[in-house]
Amino acid sequence: MHQFLFLLFGAFCVGGAINLLIQRKTINSALSLIVVMGSLALIYLLLGAEFVAIVQVIIYAGAIMVLYIFVIMLLNAGQEEDAKGSNVAKIFGIPGLFAGGMIGIWVLLQHRPEEKLIPIGALYGPADKVGMMLFTKYLLAFEVTSILVLIAIMGAVVLARRSNS
Amino acid sequence: MSALTFLIVAVIKIAVTLGVLLTVVAYTVWLERKVVGRMQNRWGPSRVGPFGLLQPLADGIKFLLKEDLTPPYVEKNIYLLAPGLSLIMALTSIALVPIGPVIHLFGISTPVQITGVVNAAGQPSDINVGILIVLGITSLGVYGIALAGWSSNSKYSLLGSLRASAQMVSYEVSLGLSLVGVLLMSSTLSLSGIVHAQLGTWFGFIPQWFIFRGQFVAFFIYMMAAFAETNRIPFDLPEAETELVAGYHTEYSAMKFAMFFMAEYANMVTVACIASVMFLGGWSGPSLPFLPVAVQAFLPLLWFSSKIFFFLFLYIWIRGTLPRFRYDQLMAFGWKFLFPLALANVIVTAFFVAIRA
Repeated sequence: MHQFLFLLFGAFCVGGAINLLIQRKTINSALSLIVVMGSLALIYLLLGAEFVAIVQVIIYAGAIMVLYIFVIMLLNAGQEEDAKGSNVAKIFGIPGLFAGGMIGIWVLLQHRPEEKLIPIGALYGPADKVGMMLFTKYLLAFEVTSILVLIAIMGAVVLARRSNS
Repeated sequence: MSALTFLIVAVIKIAVTLGVLLTVVAYTVWLERKVVGRMQNRWGPSRVGPFGLLQPLADGIKFLLKEDLTPPYVEKNIYLLAPGLSLIMALTSIALVPIGPVIHLFGISTPVQITGVVNAAGQPSDINVGILIVLGITSLGVYGIALAGWSSNSKYSLLGSLRASAQMVSYEVSLGLSLVGVLLMSSTLSLSGIVHAQLGTWFGFIPQWFIFRGQFVAFFIYMMAAFAETNRIPFDLPEAETELVAGYHTEYSAMKFAMFFMAEYANMVTVACIASVMFLGGWSGPSLPFLPVAVQAFLPLLWFSSKIFFFLFLYIWIRGTLPRFRYDQLMAFGWKFLFPLALANVIVTAFFVAIRA
């Protein structure tokens, strides 16, 4: 059952990602990205990380993608124009991507640590465990990230003020 | 509990809850028209059935039988997707709400909550990130409105949905933060766990609800943010009929319009459910030992539904009382007043929780 669900949502995820690239209308691409985010959340849920899964939905699908859609609506972005790119890219693009992906997977499979694969349902799920780990084991990374976010917020404020005056 | 019993119980619970929810939605519309009518010194619906009680039925038939127009030049797929998305998101979150305690029927015990089960120790348990899932579903509800306005290819719709998405994203922050105080005090994210943290009384009659345990500021922040989230007066700018015709659902007719309408009222019910679970103790209430046992079994449901009724009445009351915000006032209120207040509430609550621990 878990295997089947994993394959299903994995297929949704990859399908959404491909659809994102081939759609000509920006809003359809954004909607495909939401599908990708949602399927990723469900894969996290399958791994047993329910807190990470729901945070993925709230932050990415619920907040960031809403802002994407908002901007697309505000600018009323229309159809994507054909860039008339090089013929080499047209001919070798997809086979090259395929070959590159295969090489990447092969390298990863060669170097995988045999016993460290995470079985389905084995992650630290509950919110209290995640919180404990954030404030003990990974405290430095957590605080550094929060300072990074703070700097980004201040940057946004500065940019917004400059355009106003 | 075998898998088959589990499935049957789940289907029955879903059917009953959904049926009750849709009935409540239909009769909230009736109640609103009736109460606002009396507030404006007129009768409201009074022709169909006694006291106009069959009016929702007549409205439903009218919505079903009206011509379903699709304007030209709409973005067809998204135009058709949007009302369904709105309604599904509005109806889903009721599954997380603990409506009552464990009931025992025909040798099966189960909590009155779609996602709730009874664990091996006989205690009710549900999804342990329940409140976050409710918030997640609420935040996904924005898409229905945003896409409806965008795909309609009309400036009124687009303006309405731009306003709606900006407003919902802004007030979601205060809404989420106002709940943090309660979560700190109950130290769980599961909704039935939060209700169980509020059982018990002081001096035998004051219930230990979180609103009486210092969370009343959070309660008011929650209520105001919730009004904005559900696009109700005084925050109904997305569908301000004096400026935008009907806002994001201007181009929708017949059943598709009805779906938006139902979604709005279902959201009101959900928000009322969450408010009563988080702040007013959910289904808990004074026990009345002098009543017969058979009646006492229904008391939790009675308490819960009377709390919901209180909130729905409050919605209607405020609609009949207050004018609409101006848009800059709305944003300033959300970001400069509610948001700092919610942050302050989180810090003060965390301080007291830390002292107690």
